[in-house]
Amino acid sequence: MAEHKANDQAVLVIGGGIAGIQTSLDLAETGITVHLVEREPTIGGHMAMFDKTFPTLDCSACILTPKMTTVGSHPNINLMTYSEVENIQGGPGAYEVTVRRKAAFVDHDKCTGCGLCMEKCPYRTLSEFDQGLAKRKAIYMPFPQAVPNKPVIDAKRCAWFKPPKKPGGKRRCGVCVKVCEPGAIDFEQKARTEKYKVSAVVVTTGFQAMDPSLIPQLGYGKYPEVYSALEFERLNNAAGPTGGAVQTKDGRSPKSVAILHCTGSRDENYHRYCSRVCCMYALKYAHLIKEKVEGCQVFNFYIDMRCFGKGYEEFYKRLQHEGVKFIRGKAAQVWSGEHFKHLVAPDMLPEELSDEQLVVIAEDTLMGDMVRVPVDMVVLTPAFESRADSGDVAQLLGLARNEDGFFIEKSEKFSPVSTGNNGIFIAGGCSGPKDIPDTVAQGSAAASKVLSFLESAEAKSA
Amino acid sequence: MEVVTPFIEVADAIEEVGGTDLNLCYQCATCTGSCPWGYVDPLNIRKLIHLAQLGLEGYEGEDLWKCTTCRTCEVRCPRGVNILDLVRSIRMMIGETGLIPQTLRGALGSVKSDGNPWNGKRQDRNKWAQDLGFEPFDKDKHEYLLFACCMPSYDPRSRKLVEATAKILKAAGIKAGVLGNKESCCGESVRKIGDEELFGSLVESNGNIFKENGVTKILALSPHCYHTFKNEYPEFDVSIQVTHMSQLLAELLRDDRLKLTKPIETTVTYHDPCYLGRHNNIFDEPRDVLKALPGIEFVEMHRIRESSLCCGGGGGRMWMETEFGKRFSDLRIPEAQSVGAKVLATSCPYCINMLEDSRLNLNKEDEIVIRDLTELVAEALG
Repeated sequence: MAEHKANDQAVLVIGGGIAGIQTSLDLAETGITVHLVEREPTIGGHMAMFDKTFPTLDCSACILTPKMTTVGSHPNINLMTYSEVENIQGGPGAYEVTVRRKAAFVDHDKCTGCGLCMEKCPYRTLSEFDQGLAKRKAIYMPFPQAVPNKPVIDAKRCAWFKPPKKPGGKRRCGVCVKVCEPGAIDFEQKARTEKYKVSAVVVTTGFQAMDPSLIPQLGYGKYPEVYSALEFERLNNAAGPTGGAVQTKDGRSPKSVAILHCTGSRDENYHRYCSRVCCMYALKYAHLIKEKVEGCQVFNFYIDMRCFGKGYEEFYKRLQHEGVKFIRGKAAQVWSGEHFKHLVAPDMLPEELSDEQLVVIAEDTLMGDMVRVPVDMVVLTPAFESRADSGDVAQLLGLARNEDGFFIEKSEKFSPVSTGNNGIFIAGGCSGPKDIPDTVAQGSAAASKVLSFLESAEAKSA
Repeated sequence: MEVVTPFIEVADAIEEVGGTDLNLCYQCATCTGSCPWGYVDPLNIRKLIHLAQLGLEGYEGEDLWKCTTCRTCEVRCPRGVNILDLVRSIRMMIGETGLIPQTLRGALGSVKSDGNPWNGKRQDRNKWAQDLGFEPFDKDKHEYLLFACCMPSYDPRSRKLVEATAKILKAAGIKAGVLGNKESCCGESVRKIGDEELFGSLVESNGNIFKENGVTKILALSPHCYHTFKNEYPEFDVSIQVTHMSQLLAELLRDDRLKLTKPIETTVTYHDPCYLGRHNNIFDEPRDVLKALPGIEFVEMHRIRESSLCCGGGGGRMWMETEFGKRFSDLRIPEAQSVGAKVLATSCPYCINMLEDSRLNLNKEDEIVIRDLTELVAEALG
């Protein structure tokens, strides 16, 4: 890492989503060494899954991938993907961090990223990045623009790691070894730990989307045409499983789509808070569907439209102009036509409901009447929630969490990226629901707070 | 369009008598969209709550009395509003002005004079118990007080439930006695209708009888009795351990205390009674019982557990007329048939009654039968 040397101070950034990317780049540009740790095989986080961003409809990959590439090649950034922080000791200004580097079974110093191994690997599994809507190989990169642009081997799926059929017999595969010219495949690779001294830590571990099957009446997991938001992001993505075509699983163009707001948000049974991003991405979806599928009707079922950011209300108006229908009332139930015909009085059955369709049931509170809308596809907007392991992270770093599991700021208003520990900072979705602009703003804020801290007497005397 | 002025004193009064969550509602309408009336003749529960928030009139009509207190809305309410307390409180206020529907007044009058809502004579309450050889409860001889609900005393179909119960208790060697004509209706529906005063007097008289006789454990056949003894009587300092028959059956089968020898070769589905399921989270025991029956193929319907469809008999609806075709039970029969069931099982005398009625009206006598868990277990005993 000789070329990384610029300044003798170093900072640890945990999490390589857009918050961690922003913080790392801002810090690295000042000459500080950044150790960026990411659990997945690539940086990019949730933003890498998106096709467009609201309200400007910028291509997400077009604005994100250059930043990712810069992180990957920056002389002051030591990027450690497929890695986790295992331990941290010391205090503000002088921490010693232990990072566990998981075994990728590919020597990334030798690998040229040619991709031949992934092409030839005969073993497939569902792609996590594509939300299970497409398959990936056992040796894989989550997506083609991954940084680093080098694969890892999923030992659970790779046949090499399964015992031979007969004791002492031959291993079942090894195709990747044969096709790899530089000889980068290394089945003997072991996980290893590395230690780093840093003066400050920035936590940018992000969020997860709630599992919508926890709300059984919405039909997720039961009906194939009920999608979670992230599934829809992939479905709609030009690099996704359908090449960006919005279509049903059996390949039909939907004639109508319902987007259901507040799936598990503003709801005491799941998450009491507003997830802040769903109204806007629901509008984005409505626009994209209208743009891609000619003549498709889009219905938004909402409680309140919360379009509070710069250009957001204008985007809402634009969508109204595009003919998207808004029904003020939370969708209470989703049934398939096939089931619904057995459940309801015959005179209450919508005339044009086929067995294959879904019917969304709500009260339109502005009319005070029940509505039943037959659609071909339903998109849910699952709550933005704290990561399942945020408790472990809190314990590792000594952070406090609120009752929803999000990390607590030193002061929500005046120190939004500081914590109770002077050397540890937080940014982005790990401290509560945020959209991309707010997350990036916090990423930069955290970088500048780190710089102030590094100049403080506390850091210098540590 | 009407012009209205909020009348906040009325809203305050609703809160005062028990509708404490009135102002928490944010009008998302999950309640209206979830209400089983939506399948037949929608009830706008969301609007009813909003009118109450502003203390406005409009809820005196039929709508207020349509609620069966099935609790689907409350389970799903994103704000955690105790919607049934609101309904009850509004009914209570209306009740004070004497605007309770005629048929409900009849049922309440019968409870007042004879201790049951069925216009039956008090002295007839104990007939079934005498016929089946149940002895008066004696705390030294009996483990349980068998509280069979008012229905078996006055309704021939419900009589079969106590006959089956007698057979099961005997087979398992469980000792249960009865309090006969001394006990009164548990009052569960009375309270939901909004007659808090009458409910209070029932709690008092039943509480005294339980105390005088040294009752420590009640075995309830109806989920409605079970619910009120378990969750509402303690508000009045009457706390007695209560078991629902489905729980006892599951326990007896788990402990191998019943020998089920006769196979019942048929396809069975289960209808969750609201007061057993949504009100008390008893979803698994009845299913465990059915799955333990020899020869049975168990299938689930679409509306199950927390999303179960109400039979339509709760909240006072047992005593109100609902047009044929608009009873929820009219929808349950075809739903059960759509999943291939030949037997629609449940565990509540109200549900049995409503479902039998619909089966008859729909001319489905040859296609499907309605059975209580007790009847199926008794049959399998051989």
